Amino acid sequence: MDRVKEAVADAWGEEWGRVVAAVIRQTGDWDLAEECAQDAFERALERWPRDGVPGRPGAWLTTTARHRALDVLRRRANETAKLREAARLAPGPAPVPADGAVPDDRLRLIFTCCHPALPPAAQVALTLRTLTGLSTAEIARAFLVPEPTMAQRLTRAKNKIRHAGIPFRVPPRELLPERTSAVLAVLYLLFNAGYAPGAAGPDQRRITAEAIRLSRLLARLLPQEPEAAGLLALMLLHDARGAARTDAAGDLVPLEEQDRGRWDRERIAEGTAVLDEALAVRQPGPYQVQAAIAACHAGAETAQATDWPQIALLYGELARMAPSPVVELNRAVAVAMAEGPRKGLELVESLAAAGRLAGYHLLPATRADLLRRLGERQQAAAAYREALRLAPTEAERRFLARRLAETGG
Amino acid sequence: MKYLLLICSEGEGYDATEQELDAGPWVEEMDGRGVRLTGNRTRPAADATTVRVRDGAQLVTDGPYAETKEQMAGFDIIDCADLDEAIEIASKHPVARYGMIEIRPFWTD
Repeated sequence: MDRVKEAVADAWGEEWGRVVAAVIRQTGDWDLAEECAQDAFERALERWPRDGVPGRPGAWLTTTARHRALDVLRRRANETAKLREAARLAPGPAPVPADGAVPDDRLRLIFTCCHPALPPAAQVALTLRTLTGLSTAEIARAFLVPEPTMAQRLTRAKNKIRHAGIPFRVPPRELLPERTSAVLAVLYLLFNAGYAPGAAGPDQRRITAEAIRLSRLLARLLPQEPEAAGLLALMLLHDARGAARTDAAGDLVPLEEQDRGRWDRERIAEGTAVLDEALAVRQPGPYQVQAAIAACHAGAETAQATDWPQIALLYGELARMAPSPVVELNRAVAVAMAEGPRKGLELVESLAAAGRLAGYHLLPATRADLLRRLGERQQAAAAYREALRLAPTEAERRFLARRLAETGG
Repeated sequence: MKYLLLICSEGEGYDATEQELDAGPWVEEMDGRGVRLTGNRTRPAADATTVRVRDGAQLVTDGPYAETKEQMAGFDIIDCADLDEAIEIASKHPVARYGMIEIRPFWTD
C-alpha cells in the first residue's frame, strides 16, 4: 500500500507536466487540463492499490486524463450544442513537423508559458503551475506574494493565451534563439527563487529541484542548444554547494569559509560533465561561462587552491557577452583575488564613480571587504555600515554586522 | 483569429523618410496572403473629436480620449492563424521600425 502511494507521489513529480501538456494539446483548454490531471492522479490512488502500479505510470495517467477530458467535452457539447467543436477536438495524431522531429508536449508547454506576449512574472508562475504539481499557494509563498495575487496572475495569463491566440507549440526555427533565451531566463529565475539567500523553506527547496528537473528536460529536448546544457550545469554546480551555504543558524557562509566536505561530489561531477559536453559544441554563451566559473570554484580542493586568474578571465568573457555592472563587480572580486585587493579596489571605485550600482548592497560590501584586506579599517567599517543599510535579507544583514564588528566598527 | 492592428506613431514626426514609412508594399503583401481584411490611415489627433453622454447629456470635446505621446496613425484588421502570425505580420509593417503596433484580438464567444 505504501509502495503504491510512493509510486503515485513519484508520478506526481515526474509526470504532472506531461499529463497537463497532453490534455492542453488535445483540447486547448488549460483549466480543463489541470482539472483532468488532478482527476487522473485521484483515480490512480483508487485503482493502483487494487490493480497494481502500471508498467508505464505516465502513459496510464495521460490516457486517463485524456479520456476524462473527452468525457467533459462531450458532455459540454451535448449541453451547449457545440457538437461540431467536439468533433473537431477529437484527439488525432500529433502533427509531425517537416523535419520529422515530434517535440515533447512539455516542451510546447514551456515555450507557451514563456511566450514574450506574457508578462515575465506570469511566465515564471505559469511555468511552475502547469509543469509541476505545485499548488498556487505554494508558488505564492515562494515568490512572497499573497495567494489571491498569484491566482489572479495565473488566471490572467491563461485568459490571455486563450483570447490573444498564443499558439501551443515550440516556435519555428527562426524564432527559436529569441524564445529559447526567454525560457532559459525563466528557468534560471525559478532556480534563484529557491536559491536566494535566506530562502530555505520546503517550497523553495522543491522549486530549486523543479528548476533542475525542467532544465534537465530542456537540455535533453534541445540537444542542439548548448546554452540549455550550460544552464543545467550551472544549476547543478550551484546546488551542489547548497548544504554548505548556510550555518546552523541559517546564516550565509561565504564561499571561502564553506566546509567543502559537505559539497555534493556527485552533483559536481555531473555538472562538470554536462558543462564539458556543452563546451564541446563550441557555441559559448553566458550560461556556459557562468557554469565554467562555478566549476572552477567546485573543482578547488581548498579556497586557497581556487584558480582566480582563470575566474577573472571568465568574468571578462562574461562581461563581453552579457555586459552588466553586476558582472563587472564580480570580475573585480576575482581580479582582487588574482592580482591583489588594490587592483580589485580600483575596478570597484570606477564602478562606484559611474554610479551604475547605486543602492546595490554588494557594491559597498565588496568595497568594505577589499579595504579590510588592505588594512584600511576605518574606511572598511564605513563601507560595511553602508552595505548594512542596503542589504535586503536578514541573513545578509547578520553576516555584514559580524564583519563590521570584526573591523572594530 | 481576427486582430486589430493599431498603427501608432510616437507623436510628432518620425526620423524616417516618406518612402520608409510607405505601407504600400506591406498592404500589397498582406492582401496577397489573404490575411488583411481592411485598414486605413487616420487623420492626426488634432482632428479627433471625443463624444461622451452623461446623464442623458451629450458632451463633445476636442481631441483624442487620451493625451499621450503615442498616437494612432491608422489601423488594419487581419485574420490569421494565431498571435505568432499576427506578430510576424505586424513586425513587417514599416511603422513598427519607427513607432509601434498594438495587436488587439477581437472579442469572440
